[in-house]
Amino acid sequence: MSQAIAPTIRVQNVRQNRLQRKLYFFGALAVLLIVASFFSEYLCPYDPYMQDMSLTKAAPSAEHLLGTDRYGRDMLSRVIAGSKTSIFSTLLLVGFITVFGSLIGIICAWAGKWVDTLLMRLSDMFLAFPGLVFALAVAAVLGGGVHNAIFALAAISWPKYARLARSQTLALQSAAFMQAAQMAGSSTFKIIRKHVIPNISGPILVTAMLDIGTMMMELAGLSFLGLGAKPPIPEWGSMMSDTRNLLPTQPWVTLAPGFAIFLSVMVFNLLGDTVRDYLDPKNRR
Amino acid sequence: MNEILQVAHLKKVFSRQDGPDIIAVDDVSFSLQKGEKLAIIGESGSGKTTVARMIARLLEADAGSIMLDGEDITQAKGTKLKQAYTRMQMVFQNPQDSFDPRCTLGDGISESLSNHGKSKKQAADMTKNLLALCGLGEEFAHRYPHEVSGGQCQRAAIARALAIEPELVILDEATSALDVTVQAEVLDLLNRLQQDRGIAYLFICHDIALVQDFCDRVIVMHNGRIVEEGTPDDVINNSQQAYTKKLIDSVL
Repeated sequence: MSQAIAPTIRVQNVRQNRLQRKLYFFGALAVLLIVASFFSEYLCPYDPYMQDMSLTKAAPSAEHLLGTDRYGRDMLSRVIAGSKTSIFSTLLLVGFITVFGSLIGIICAWAGKWVDTLLMRLSDMFLAFPGLVFALAVAAVLGGGVHNAIFALAAISWPKYARLARSQTLALQSAAFMQAAQMAGSSTFKIIRKHVIPNISGPILVTAMLDIGTMMMELAGLSFLGLGAKPPIPEWGSMMSDTRNLLPTQPWVTLAPGFAIFLSVMVFNLLGDTVRDYLDPKNRR
Repeated sequence: MNEILQVAHLKKVFSRQDGPDIIAVDDVSFSLQKGEKLAIIGESGSGKTTVARMIARLLEADAGSIMLDGEDITQAKGTKLKQAYTRMQMVFQNPQDSFDPRCTLGDGISESLSNHGKSKKQAADMTKNLLALCGLGEEFAHRYPHEVSGGQCQRAAIARALAIEPELVILDEATSALDVTVQAEVLDLLNRLQQDRGIAYLFICHDIALVQDFCDRVIVMHNGRIVEEGTPDDVINNSQQAYTKKLIDSVL
């Protein structure tokens, strides 16, 4: 008996430990990125806005590790300063749509009837447009700027969370413990806070983690198209767009912000994948 | 007034999109005395669980009335319903499913206590006593539903139902998910509690043999209607209806 069970337990433990190490590793990398972006102004070797017309389009050197752009601004400083705009806008965006979308979903599932129908048809409308095109339209109507880009992307991304939270809540409502809570005299608010949110947060959290990378790319995409951060502000997408005609001659000015996007998207995506695997009940116990 | 529960002309129709409506419960009337143990038996789909869920107000009745201790709760909502739930509690079929997987058993048991104004410490003490009453140690208050056996979980569910000292407990197939020896233990526990506290039980069950020794009175349901009513011995020994006979034969 014990011989039959022991190997399975060990295999599961090994897998769980490996997942845990992966989780810590990518989690630490993500935290490092966030902390670095928070203190980015202290990490910049030069002022990211300072122009030096005597040293434009310089190749990477010991003084300027990533070279300089056409105004002689230090690229390394601009990439580091850009992390604040890119990473913080993304986290703000994902945090907002997660909370807002989930709340809408829970309200839909709970209220039912016309509230549900109205909000879900509304979300259908948002889902019917091709995402980035709609964001482009919203951003174009609102004008440029990071805030408007965030708003535009939030407008197209909340329905996903609303639908997820709604279906999860509906599935939960048939569980006996929800009825037990009702019979215990708990108010709707308490039931949602104590029983619904903890039980649906797993899948929503995983979706949010996996969305960070996508949202970062889309924000950079909007900026690249000139609908996000306005030029002097360092932002990876707009930096790439600014310098894209220098790609054949001075590739470093385009590749530096591009690589920064690649790196952070990868870190957050791998973290998302690991969180998903970690929370998967098949890897539990 | 000696009746804790009076149900009159209860009806429930489930409408389907493809095909005719299903009349799940049709003109069901019965009453339950204080401290009485009444069983509703019938095969799957006979409407017995629907009756229980309508009485517990987890399902809207289409017609008829439900009186709990002389008070009409057929349409009760909000505060009135919360009030009704202090006198009426329910134990569900699947014990593990009836506790939130993210909360400990203690959390589940003390939820009704804290909702009715008990402090955290009072609720914790009372939870401990309730667990002891149901034959569980106080360490169970800190366990999660997946960490205990079905029988232990159902004992905890009974403790939860008893927490606010109801006068009526609806047991919806409360022993069906348990194996035979555990079933007997849970029934023993319910019997003991009934003698100590004079609670009335509405025992929903498909197994006529199980209720024979346990209940004072039996109602047999078939296709949403009551087909027979009487003491267990009467119903088993002199059943009038072919359906009841079939139900008894299928057990024996």
